[in-house]
Amino acid sequence: MTISIDPQKTNNESLQPKGWLRYFSFSLDHKVIGIQYLVCGFLFYLIGGTLASAIRIELASPMSDFMPRDVYNQVLTLHGTIMIFLWIVPVVNGAFGNYLIPFYVGARDMAFPRLNAVAFWLIPPSGLMLVASYFVEGAAQAGWTAYPPLSITTPQSGQIIWILSVLLLGGSSIFGGINFIATIIKLRRPGLKLMQLPMYCWAMLGTSLLVVLSTPVLAGTLILLSFDIIANTGFFNPVLGGNVVVYQHLFWFYSHPAVYIMVLPAFGLVSEILPVHARKPLFGYTTMVFSIMGIVVLGLVVWAHHMFTSGTPPWMRLFFTIATAFIAVPTGIKFFNWVATLWGGKISINSAMLFSCGFIINFVFGGITGVALAQVPFDIHVHDTYFVVAHFHYIVYGGTVFIIFSSIYHWFPKVTGKMFNEKLGILHFIITFIGFNLCFAPQHWLGLNGMPRRVAEYDPQFQFVNQISSLGALLMAISTIPFLINVFLSVRNGKDAGDNPWNALTPEWLTSSPPPVENWEGESPLVEEPYGYGKEISEQK
Amino acid sequence: MTTLDSSKEIQKNNSEVNETHEDFRMFGLITFLIADGMTFAGFFAAYLTYKAVNPLPDGAIYELELPIPTLNTILLLVSSATFHKAGKALLKDKKSDSQKWLFFTAFLGIIFLICQLFEYFHLPFGLTDNLFASTFYALTGFHGLHVTLGTLMILIIAWQSRINGGRLSSQNIFPLEAVELYWHFVDGIWVILFIILYLL
Repeated sequence: MTISIDPQKTNNESLQPKGWLRYFSFSLDHKVIGIQYLVCGFLFYLIGGTLASAIRIELASPMSDFMPRDVYNQVLTLHGTIMIFLWIVPVVNGAFGNYLIPFYVGARDMAFPRLNAVAFWLIPPSGLMLVASYFVEGAAQAGWTAYPPLSITTPQSGQIIWILSVLLLGGSSIFGGINFIATIIKLRRPGLKLMQLPMYCWAMLGTSLLVVLSTPVLAGTLILLSFDIIANTGFFNPVLGGNVVVYQHLFWFYSHPAVYIMVLPAFGLVSEILPVHARKPLFGYTTMVFSIMGIVVLGLVVWAHHMFTSGTPPWMRLFFTIATAFIAVPTGIKFFNWVATLWGGKISINSAMLFSCGFIINFVFGGITGVALAQVPFDIHVHDTYFVVAHFHYIVYGGTVFIIFSSIYHWFPKVTGKMFNEKLGILHFIITFIGFNLCFAPQHWLGLNGMPRRVAEYDPQFQFVNQISSLGALLMAISTIPFLINVFLSVRNGKDAGDNPWNALTPEWLTSSPPPVENWEGESPLVEEPYGYGKEISEQK
Repeated sequence: MTTLDSSKEIQKNNSEVNETHEDFRMFGLITFLIADGMTFAGFFAAYLTYKAVNPLPDGAIYELELPIPTLNTILLLVSSATFHKAGKALLKDKKSDSQKWLFFTAFLGIIFLICQLFEYFHLPFGLTDNLFASTFYALTGFHGLHVTLGTLMILIIAWQSRINGGRLSSQNIFPLEAVELYWHFVDGIWVILFIILYLL
């Protein structure tokens, strides 16, 4: 059975609001939805960033003087939840995925446009609900992990709003994942083979598999947790005969893959950006594909390395240590491939390239501390210290957020049709890179010396290093200013970029900038070699 | 599932007719059901872990009576068959037959729910009595929610397969196939649940 494209539908599209108003409508256009995800995510990034600044101001002195301790806990919880569920996951999946995937598979839209719009419009209300919970008897205080019994004993209303909000965001994420899988597998242009797809498609396919397989488990767990809070059941409450470790297992069964849900799309995006700005084919396409799928499979069986101090039996420690160490192999292959892509290339030093290289440096650092943390003896020593905080910020900020900025610069000319100011972009990179490393590198030292995380007060001997870290955070906050100025000025008065300012070969550059409503004026182009730069040194067939 | 198979051939012809595409609604539904199945998998894993590591307090009752759940298993398995009959009838455009089978399926679903409620009211434990009781009600309740939604959807498509003005026909059979797949899924989950919760 086939579905013919109803001419009526195209007419309905033209009835939708034009210009900036369409970004506030229930638009079915994948490009509009992509921008909705991006801008909405960025607004939440600003909120989450403000909360992070509040944390660093508090930690500039050892005493709890800037805000009361329970407010600190709320700020910390909201910061984590907003950054993960409302900024990184929606932007690196929803925003770039929606904008790029239909181009890459040669389609006019996603497989299920209406479901797509529903998935986006679940996000703003649940995000606002989460932020507003601060004003209703205080927000959740149990951290983004919401471990019981802490989450059962802290004030109820904030925790329940937190659960509702995360359930809605999880639903949005699952709908998005279903849509991406269907689009990549089923909606490919005739003649386009799987192994000819740009790498971001593979990354999104792997990510969506993880979303579909693991997010529902989190949803089920949070429903049980809400029963514990509201209905006085005892699933996770030891007083009533329950078991807290079961919560941890179920939670990390989602939340470890969630790390890959945040980072695999970034791996895909950097694989698109590097070849364009180094004018070389992506090195080792096939190994990249198998690495992604290897990470997907391994990513599902390593969750208990977050729980080495939770009374985990020895066989479990052994298994999860080995499985975790194995993840370094596919990840390492990808990093060598990126370095090999750059090797001998004609590299342009521009904002997109700089942020991508910053990503490689930061992520290698975060990856090495990750392998260290997988070793049980070391992990027990630094568990719940600032070492862990430093590690995962190197992964999610130094890794994924750097790639988000890199991608914004790379696709800015395509989305707006205007060129951005390269100098401001480079300034943005320099401040971000210095600020980020100044903020998080010292935290490794703090963690090794035993400073616990998630506490508003600390031993005065750590004050100086914490102040360095807070200075770095200040720089990171300042770095947003040149970015915002750049975006606003360039959208208003930027030079026309032309259809393909980077001379790139992937399909989205083969249409006009900004692209028309159904992506192509005629039939979609068949791109068999998305990375065919400099044919004579090509590694591809 | 016929949708998936028949669509393969049309996909080949797609290169000529650019403005049609394959029907992948069934593919999307299967992906969703895998996700839904993972929710149950999480619940089952939690239940089995509790059973293995969390001893119940002395005097806690965890013996279940078998007659009603066995009847319920039979009801659901029969309803899967009657739903299949409805699909067969609709393919031959025998709309009134199809509608009859659908109403019968929905009837079996409602009987299942009534039996389930009857069991709830006669069990010797309540939701918060002990860990086993809580898990029992969470699992069967979550499954019962699925049966309720399924029954409502069956009633809707039964209404849509009426002879005058019903939107279902052998040309537009997807809604029936989708609900049928969902119903088989819910039945399959019940069989697993029955084995794990009542028999183990």
